[in-house]
Amino acid sequence: MDGYTYSELGAILAMQGFAGISLFSVLLLMALGLAIIFGQMGVINMAHGEFMAVGAYTTYFLSYLTETYFPAFMPYYFIFAIVVAFIVAGILGYFAEFILIRHLYARPLDTLLATWGLSLIMQQSFRSMFGAREVSPTLPEWLMGAYQPTEMIDIPINGMFVLGLTAVVTLGVFYLMFKSSWGLRVRATTQNRVMSGAVGINTKKVDRYTFALGCGIAGIAGAAFTTIASTGPTTGSLYIVDTFMVVVFGGAASLFGTIASAFSIAQAQSIMEFFMSGSMAKVYTLFALVLILMFRPEGLFASKVRR
Amino acid sequence: MSFVYEKLMGGKQGMVGLIILSALILVVFPMFLDSFRLNLLGKYLTYAFAAVSLVLIWGYGGTLSLGQGIFFGLGGYAMAMFLKLEASSPENTAIQSTPGIPDFMDWNQITALPWFWEPFSSFSFTIIAILVVPTFFAFLIGSAMFKRRVGGVYFAIITQVISVILTVLIVGQQGFTGGINGITDLRTLNGWDITSDSAKNIFYYVNCVLLIGVIVLSRWVLTSKFGRLLLAIRDKEDRVRFSGYDVANFKIFIFCLAAMISAIGGAMFTLQVGFMSPSFVGIVPSIEMVIFAAVGGRMSLIGAVYGCLLINFGKTVFSESFPELWLFLMGGLFIAVVMFFPNGLAGLWQDYGHYVTDRFTAIKNKILNKSTPSNDSAKKTLPETELS
Repeated sequence: MDGYTYSELGAILAMQGFAGISLFSVLLLMALGLAIIFGQMGVINMAHGEFMAVGAYTTYFLSYLTETYFPAFMPYYFIFAIVVAFIVAGILGYFAEFILIRHLYARPLDTLLATWGLSLIMQQSFRSMFGAREVSPTLPEWLMGAYQPTEMIDIPINGMFVLGLTAVVTLGVFYLMFKSSWGLRVRATTQNRVMSGAVGINTKKVDRYTFALGCGIAGIAGAAFTTIASTGPTTGSLYIVDTFMVVVFGGAASLFGTIASAFSIAQAQSIMEFFMSGSMAKVYTLFALVLILMFRPEGLFASKVRR
Repeated sequence: MSFVYEKLMGGKQGMVGLIILSALILVVFPMFLDSFRLNLLGKYLTYAFAAVSLVLIWGYGGTLSLGQGIFFGLGGYAMAMFLKLEASSPENTAIQSTPGIPDFMDWNQITALPWFWEPFSSFSFTIIAILVVPTFFAFLIGSAMFKRRVGGVYFAIITQVISVILTVLIVGQQGFTGGINGITDLRTLNGWDITSDSAKNIFYYVNCVLLIGVIVLSRWVLTSKFGRLLLAIRDKEDRVRFSGYDVANFKIFIFCLAAMISAIGGAMFTLQVGFMSPSFVGIVPSIEMVIFAAVGGRMSLIGAVYGCLLINFGKTVFSESFPELWLFLMGGLFIAVVMFFPNGLAGLWQDYGHYVTDRFTAIKNKILNKSTPSNDSAKKTLPETELS
């Protein structure tokens, strides 16, 4: 690290830290959905990245529509797009559960293969509908630009917006899962399906809405993703492994663990990226994760269970 | 003799299956296919090694490994490193700024051969490395995971991450590994031109014989007491543990064996195709290997070979004529196999195959003028554990 003065190092840390925060936001939004689907339901959803891409493509499509037909609406469409992305991905998730996943709850490893098949189909659908090239929506003016607290530090506004969005979604998920009666039903179904059915919870309905919610949040992640990178048919598959690592590392059923692990993974990767090539940063991050998981297979914040 | 018949061949049914497969790949295909197609078939058959290894670890061991690409790749890269060193002798690489090192190293301003490349100039070391390095790697992963009772879903995800790490590492360290293009331009094996048609034909036969050998070996492992225990672990792990067996060691052993089998496939791949690249290491090939085994039947060693051939044949046909349709078809296949035919082709044969065999025995009886009405043994449904 020689060759840098302390103030420069500080600025690098701050800026890479904020770059990490954009990555953190997207990873966390993806992981929140996956933590619900994988942590609560035990379904290995390999198509989760594609549900994110659905959100991203929805945003792109809405931006295209707004730009062509209602140019005056441009500054506001993005907020609207986030909601639509949630709904579209959620509805797709609802049908995926209905057609595919509900037959496979007893065989978690088979959900992996089936959802991988689903992800291939979705990728090819994106390619057929939007083309193989990467697309990105026209962002509203207020998302552009950067905030400069000092001369050396640039903090992009879109990063802060995405961070705010992530905070809102995280709080929403927390409220839904742990404070609402719906969340109580979800957790009851996870813990003891037969008993939950016996006390009158419609467990099949709970499953379907839980899966739809998880996919919907992935859709929001996709909308947020469009502000920091462009979307291609295989974008989702680039993030799926990282997302699984976030969920597993955090401890599958722990919301706080998911936040902590998304933060540490994103920060480790983006700060290291400044000092070495991106690929090596990724290698070191993933390798450290695998090592830690070998010593603590249940993840950072595991609920105490007897095995 | 009965040992060979029962344990290695798997009784009458296994014997027939093995003979049909050997006849197909050793006699029928070479008779009807031209050299190019035969080489392509040989390439598919190298994936069959990985598919067979997945039958061992997944079908019988009950542990889904999404890392067979790692071992396939390690075996392939070990072989490629040897061939590359031979191809970059100082005479061949005289135009480089540093003669005697592989061309991609020269392009990346590396001036001396890295230490881990040095031993690969020896053929015997390379052969040992192909067998030992992936097995040792599997031993490390396996003992770290199984001893701590990490299994099922977590094992699948972690092996997947390891395959991602290896891919990113290979792509990133261009100077040492050839990067995204892989190790290309391999010409000779101990002075023998491997690009000629005759060499390719010989490799095809070597590959087939090795594959059949691997199937026989796997069958022996599975029909032994070890195989019974493996099934018991799959179905009721705790009960086996409480009976006093060290479950982890059994799993580690089968994982190591599976790794070694995949690595042999990888090495044969490099020899037949003439290059090795990271696109045979990562997530996608690893999952595709799983689908080969799933389509063939996760409980059937021979089925895995057919599954592999069928999918790759489909891939070649469809991606040539309808590239758009192929991913839809492949995706649909994943879903269909999981939802409707969990035992794959072998399962279909077990459920409906007796219609075919009945017809044959009926014809045979007619010819021999026997009056036995139907063949009972063919109708008997086979228990899950029977090898087919």
